[in-house]
Amino acid sequence: MTWLPYAVAVWLFVVGLYGVVTSRHLVHLIICLSVVQSSTYVLLLGIGFRAGAVAPVFADIPPGTPAVDPVVQALMLTDVVVEVTVTALLLALAVQAHERTGKLDPNELGMMRG
Amino acid sequence: MTSTTRLVVFAIAAATFAALLGAASAGIHPSNIYADFVNRVSVPERQITDAVTAVNFDIRGFDTLGEEFIMFASVLGVALLLRRQRDERDGPPVDRARGRSVPVSSDAVRILTIALVGPVVLFGIYVVVHGQATPGGGFQGGVVLATAPLLIYLAGEYGSLCRVAPRWLVETAEAIGAGAYGVIGAIAMLRSERFLENWLPLGRAGDVFSGGSVALIDLAVGLEVAGGFILLLLLFLEETLVRRDPA
Repeated sequence: MTWLPYAVAVWLFVVGLYGVVTSRHLVHLIICLSVVQSSTYVLLLGIGFRAGAVAPVFADIPPGTPAVDPVVQALMLTDVVVEVTVTALLLALAVQAHERTGKLDPNELGMMRG
Repeated sequence: MTSTTRLVVFAIAAATFAALLGAASAGIHPSNIYADFVNRVSVPERQITDAVTAVNFDIRGFDTLGEEFIMFASVLGVALLLRRQRDERDGPPVDRARGRSVPVSSDAVRILTIALVGPVVLFGIYVVVHGQATPGGGFQGGVVLATAPLLIYLAGEYGSLCRVAPRWLVETAEAIGAGAYGVIGAIAMLRSERFLENWLPLGRAGDVFSGGSVALIDLAVGLEVAGGFILLLLLFLEETLVRRDPA
């Protein structure tokens, strides 16, 4: 076990949050949120990793060979697909915000209107 | 709040958060008990050689049902947000970009993309149906399938895209895919087994028809993911190409 994936995960999370906080553009903000989310991929795959183990596919290797954790990989694979659709939802919100107000800078979108 | 105060507040909060997250990560001691268990049983008990698919659609199939409906709800939200507003009208589809004209797709791009559509569809179907045997399955194959309409659009054929993948067909495919997952689970209950219990003959590991009802769920998820992604593509293209703001 190594600490590197955990350090990368923490760094990705914080640097993504920095992007969200300082963002001047809604599309940039949504991409920063994707960066934050990708830290969970690194963290979970880091947890599932085992030195010297193979991929958990036993099509051409005998069952019982040491393999990495398939559970975190299953989480990743559904999450990657779900994340894309959630990003699309956020981008649709940005499109609507731009249509209603003509602005895309979150700092200028402070006022709420009924 | 000025941007400087915001940065200072963020710096303090982020440093604390990073320290705590780092400390929490240092305390993680991965346990391999569950992973080893899954890796051991997926072939003998489910005839599934890809343990990731075994987790997704059988051992933790209920969790994936939830994930799938998150996806379904997001796509539904996009459809709701990008519907035609009362003051908008539809015009002929044109690519538009602010401050410059949009170039027409070159012949090289058109030939390459149109030539790729067939192989991409075939590859997508291959990935969907071999989820039990090799890396792949409904999620991955569905995304591969959804790139085929995107290639048609890149070739500059928006009209053909609307004929190949009409809105009603894509919406129906997505809905059937999402519903079929639940129905496959409920059939197990009709046979007085637990929800999402594997109820088809398991077949032989490595075959296309192995893993019992996992093969069916793979197809359902592939249909839903492909439908959902193509629907997203159609919705955003409609918003940018067809919609005209009130003058």
